[in-house]
Amino acid sequence: MRPINSKITKIIEETPSIRTFRFDTSLDDAQPGQFVMVWVRGVDEVPMGCSFKNGITVQKVGDATSRLFEMKEGDSVGLRGPFGKGFTLPAKDENILIIAGGVGVAPLGPLADEAISVGAKVTTILGARTASELVFEQRFSEAGDVHLTTDDGSAGTCGFVTTVLADMDVSEYDRICVCGPEIMMFNVLKMLEEKGVHDRAEFSLHRYFKCAIGVCGACCMDHEGLRVCKDGPVLNGSLLLDSEFGNYKRSSSSQRVKV
Amino acid sequence: MVKITGIEFRNPTILASGIMGTTGASLVRMANSGAGAVVTKSIGPEPKAGHPNPSMVKLECGFLNAMGLPNPSYADFDNEIKIAKEGADVPVIASIFGGNAEEFVRVAEGLADSKPDAFELNVSCPHAEGYGATIGTDSCMVESITAAVCDVVDVPVWVKLTPNVTDIKSIGKAAENGGAAAVVAINTLRGMAIDINSGYPILGNRFGGLSGSAVKPVAIKCVYDLYEALEIPVIGVGGVSTWEDAVEMIMAGASAVQIGSAVHEGVEVFADIATGIEQFLQNNGYAGVEDITGLAHEVI
Repeated sequence: MRPINSKITKIIEETPSIRTFRFDTSLDDAQPGQFVMVWVRGVDEVPMGCSFKNGITVQKVGDATSRLFEMKEGDSVGLRGPFGKGFTLPAKDENILIIAGGVGVAPLGPLADEAISVGAKVTTILGARTASELVFEQRFSEAGDVHLTTDDGSAGTCGFVTTVLADMDVSEYDRICVCGPEIMMFNVLKMLEEKGVHDRAEFSLHRYFKCAIGVCGACCMDHEGLRVCKDGPVLNGSLLLDSEFGNYKRSSSSQRVKV
Repeated sequence: MVKITGIEFRNPTILASGIMGTTGASLVRMANSGAGAVVTKSIGPEPKAGHPNPSMVKLECGFLNAMGLPNPSYADFDNEIKIAKEGADVPVIASIFGGNAEEFVRVAEGLADSKPDAFELNVSCPHAEGYGATIGTDSCMVESITAAVCDVVDVPVWVKLTPNVTDIKSIGKAAENGGAAAVVAINTLRGMAIDINSGYPILGNRFGGLSGSAVKPVAIKCVYDLYEALEIPVIGVGGVSTWEDAVEMIMAGASAVQIGSAVHEGVEVFADIATGIEQFLQNNGYAGVEDITGLAHEVI
């Protein structure tokens, strides 16, 4: 597909470094966890988890996101998608645990919305470095219980999402849905493996994407050659054990770099 | 079983270069999905990040891409070939590129320890300045580079040709004269798409190469012409996504077919096409692929 010309209708400053951009384009068939390629013309095109059917939630990290942060309401970008496989959709009366770190909230927000709409029960562990960096606190609260955690203790538990997770009885959850920095997700996977429930967990991964449509192989993971852009970005924990996850990834030139 | 340039393939479908060939693990996955052989991503002398995105878009008629030869360099890639060789039960062909004969030789020698079953010289990428088609449109350079690589390796050398030339036969001849064991035709056709909302060319590199169904008739004609002009085998590639496409390509003169963009529809494409070809041969009383290779030349 060609990029859809999408006008920015609203910019919400979520934290000092994270903004939500809403568009006049709504990808109504987007499932929670799927992503769009956001073309900032003349700069680059980057993958972003859909935080709304018509929106993305972005942290300023590189050239494309920096240019995006200079944009105003009324400016436009090109959108392609939705692409990839998202989270398993919640069913009525299921018990879902969401674990979100930093801007990792982006694909999990719509999952929480979907869970309430079908009558599933949601508990969220929401983590950030500091209180002012917490995103979608109210959105997750509307879906169920929220356990806050910050690295500096400025809100909720002082520590990491794993600090909260360690004290939880995870066996009561049908599914555990995770997104955040890879080291955080890796530590969650290890903890869930110890508790014997890693196959109930789904992780939304980040890798360098070129084609984004499952052809070029730039985002393939060892050792199964799974394409993060098409077989993922959401992958079951059982597929990630004994993989490169948490150890290394590939750069734009496909060289291995440590996570 | 198909034998080309002395190498045995379990079936005549081959993973094309540039597709799922960046890591050893992904090459193994394609072999396990049914490919009769796999070709790596093109590897060069230095690490290269490639062009900015968008680098591949699906259009109404095919795919347009300008990856820009991203690769980790031969020094970092020999381990991936070793992984592919250990894990895949099919031949592994190393696609290589360089800006001149010395660079091609350096890459080929650098990868020799990982023991690829053949080398495929990329003198046909349409959108990397100083590489690919810049070289592959010049028959003198094609011949000298092919000869230089043949001199230093002890496995067959294939040369992948660009269709973006006036006469592909003369370039094919140059490869043959240089010692190539086979030619591979075709690489993508130069193309471009523009976003009418902004006027921006869509690809980060502005232009790129067209692949997919749209290029199949061009590929068929190139294979047909090369089969007539050359003594060495022709491996067909361009727009093959079904077994019927593959049979058509073989009847034009291909000894085997490579499959690229069609992986988009699913990695099962190799097994599906290989089974379809086999069934077609059986149903029509042919003993093997060689019975229909170039059939379109004989009936007239």
